[in-house]
Amino acid sequence: MTIELIAGAIKAILMIVAALSLSLFLLYFERKGSALIQDRIGSNRATITGLGKRMGMPNLGIINTTIADPIKMFTKEDFVPAGADKFLHALAPFMALFPVMITFVVIPFGDTISISGHRIDLEAANLNAGALYLLATIGLGVYGVALAGWSSNNRWALLGGIRATAQMISYELAMGLAIVSVIMTFGTLNLQEIVRGQGGVWFGFLPRWAIFTQPLAFILLLVAGAAESKRIPFDLPEGDSELIQGYFTEYSGGKQAVFMLTDFAEQALVAMLLTTFFLGGWQIPWLMRDGFHLPGGAFLALPALAVSLIGVAAFLVKVVALCVFLGTVRWTLPRLRYDQLMRLGWKGLVPLGLFNVLVTAFVVVATGRVQ
Amino acid sequence: MIPLSYMMSLSAIIFAIGVAGVIIRRNILVMFMSIELMLNAVNLAFIALGSRLGSMDGQVIVFFVMTVAAAEAAVGLGIIISIFRNRETIHADDLTLMRW
Amino acid sequence: MPPFLYIFLGALAIVSALGVVVQRNPIHSLLALIATLMTVAILFMGEDAVVVGFLQIIVYAGAIMVLFLFVIWLLNLQVETGPTGHLALKLFGSLAAALLVTELFFILAPPRLQVKFTHEPPGYGSLASLAGKLFTDYLVAFEVTSVLLLAAVVGSVALARRLPGTDDPRAAGKIAS
Repeated sequence: MTIELIAGAIKAILMIVAALSLSLFLLYFERKGSALIQDRIGSNRATITGLGKRMGMPNLGIINTTIADPIKMFTKEDFVPAGADKFLHALAPFMALFPVMITFVVIPFGDTISISGHRIDLEAANLNAGALYLLATIGLGVYGVALAGWSSNNRWALLGGIRATAQMISYELAMGLAIVSVIMTFGTLNLQEIVRGQGGVWFGFLPRWAIFTQPLAFILLLVAGAAESKRIPFDLPEGDSELIQGYFTEYSGGKQAVFMLTDFAEQALVAMLLTTFFLGGWQIPWLMRDGFHLPGGAFLALPALAVSLIGVAAFLVKVVALCVFLGTVRWTLPRLRYDQLMRLGWKGLVPLGLFNVLVTAFVVVATGRVQ
Repeated sequence: MIPLSYMMSLSAIIFAIGVAGVIIRRNILVMFMSIELMLNAVNLAFIALGSRLGSMDGQVIVFFVMTVAAAEAAVGLGIIISIFRNRETIHADDLTLMRW
Repeated sequence: MPPFLYIFLGALAIVSALGVVVQRNPIHSLLALIATLMTVAILFMGEDAVVVGFLQIIVYAGAIMVLFLFVIWLLNLQVETGPTGHLALKLFGSLAAALLVTELFFILAPPRLQVKFTHEPPGYGSLASLAGKLFTDYLVAFEVTSVLLLAAVVGSVALARRLPGTDDPRAAGKIAS
C-alpha cells in the first residue's frame, strides 16, 4: 500500500516535471521555430559571459528563452489595476493553471515496470473512470479565464474573457464527443486499457492505432483541442493584434507567467490526449513485452525494463511531434473571426461528432463487441 | 463506511442553509443559487442511502435530478434576464407588481 | 472513506454553503457554490458513486455554473451595497433554518433511522451498471427527460432573445406572437 503511494507521488511529480519541461520546449519552439518558419533569426542575444560567442558557436537563443525570459517575468512588478477585485485578480491565474496541471496524472506514459517485485503501472493515477476525469478537469478550465477577464476592470479584457469562455464551452462539447467515440471503440473508460487495446498490428505492418479506426474523431479532437487551448487559428480571445492580450491584459509579472505556462501546458496536454487516444500512447508496432517481434520472423529479445523505457521514449517522441505540428499550424493559418469560430464549433464539429458517435455505435454493435 | 446518520446530517445542514438563503437574501440570483444548494443536499442524501442499500436506484435518481436542475437553471435564468430587461432590477423587494 | 476526510469535506461543504448565502458579491457567491459542488462531488465518490460524482463536476460545476456566470456578466451585477432587507426577515429566516435543522436531526439521528447495510454488488457505481439501470428500469424517464431538455432549450432561447428589428431592450423578453 505504501509503496503504491510513494510510487504514485513520484509518478505525479515526474508528470508535472515533464509538463513543465514540455512547456519550456514549446516556449523555445515558439521563439526559434517560428523564426525558422517566418524566415527570420529570432532571439539570439543573451549569453552567459559570452562564452559561446568567443568559441565561435552561433547563439541558438536557448539561454534567452529558457533562462532570461522566465527571470524577467518573475521579477517584474506585479500590480493590480485600480478598481479591480483583488481577490479574484489573484485567484484567476491559479484557477486557470490548476485544472490543466491535475489532468496530467491520468495520462499513461508507459507499460508496467517491476521494482523489487512490485509491478508499477506507469500512469500516476490509474482511475477506472479516467476519461471522465479528463472531461471534468477540461471543463473546469473555463473559470480561470472567465475570472481573469471579469476581475481586470478593463473592457477589452472582459471582451476577451467572454469570448474565451464561450469558445471553450463550445469546443468542450466536440472534444467530449470525439473522446466518447474512442471510448465506445475500446469499451472502457480506463486510459491505460485504451492504450493497451492499441497494441498489435494489422496485416503485419499497420499498427492498431485508433487513428485508423476513428479518423474523423482524430480530426475532431485535433481541432477542438486547438480551440480549447486557444491556439491560432482560434486565438481570438487573446487577439494579439486587437485586444492586446485579451483576458490577461492586466496581468504582469508572476501571474502573467502562470497564464503563459497554462497556455503551453494546455498545448502539451492536448498533444498528450491525442497521443493517448489516437496514436497508441506508448505503443510501438511490433514491440511486445519481451522484445521486438518483427515481420519476417525476426525476434529481438529485450529485458522488460528496456521495453518499458522504449515505450516511454516513444510516447515522448509522439507528444513532441504533435506539439511541433500544433506550433507549425499556429504560424501558418490566419485567425478565425468570432462568428466563424462559433459557427464551426456548433454547426460543424458538433453534428460531425454526433454522426461519428452514431456510426461508431452501429459498428460496435454489428461487430459484436458488446456483451 | 461513514455512519448513515452523519451523511444525512450533513445533507440536512446544507439543505437548511439553502432554505435560509432563499428566505434571507433578496437578490433573485442568490436565491436561485440557494435552491441549487438544496438540490445538492438532496442528491447527497439519495447517494448515501443508495450505497447503504446496495441499489443503483439512488444514483439514477441523482442523474435525473441533475438533468432536471440543468433544465430548470436554463429556463430560470432566462426568466431572470427577462425580468431584468423589463424592470431594471433583480431585487425581490422591488418586484411588487402582482402584490395586492 | 476515512473519517478525517469526511470531517474535512463536511466542514468545507458547510463553510462554502454559508459563503454562498452570506457573500455580498454575487461572483464570490458563485465561487463558494462551485466549491460546495466540488466538495459534494468528492463525497459522492467516497460513497462509491464514482460516475455520478464526475458527472456532477462535468454538468453542475462545469456547465450550469458557467451559465450562472454568464448571467451575472450580462446583468452586470455589482457588489450589493446598502441595506439588504429587514433585520426581522434575517432573524426569522435564520430561526426557521435552525428549526428545520433541529427537526431533521430528530428524524435522522441514529435511534430512528435504521438502515441495514446490505452489500454493494460488484461493479456498483460503474458506468455499466448506471447505464444498465437507465436503459431498462428507467427508460421512460430517460426519454421524457430528453424531451424536457429540448423544451428547456427552446424555452430559454425564446425567453432571452431580443425581438428582431427592435433596438429597444424593453421589447426583449416579450414572446413574439
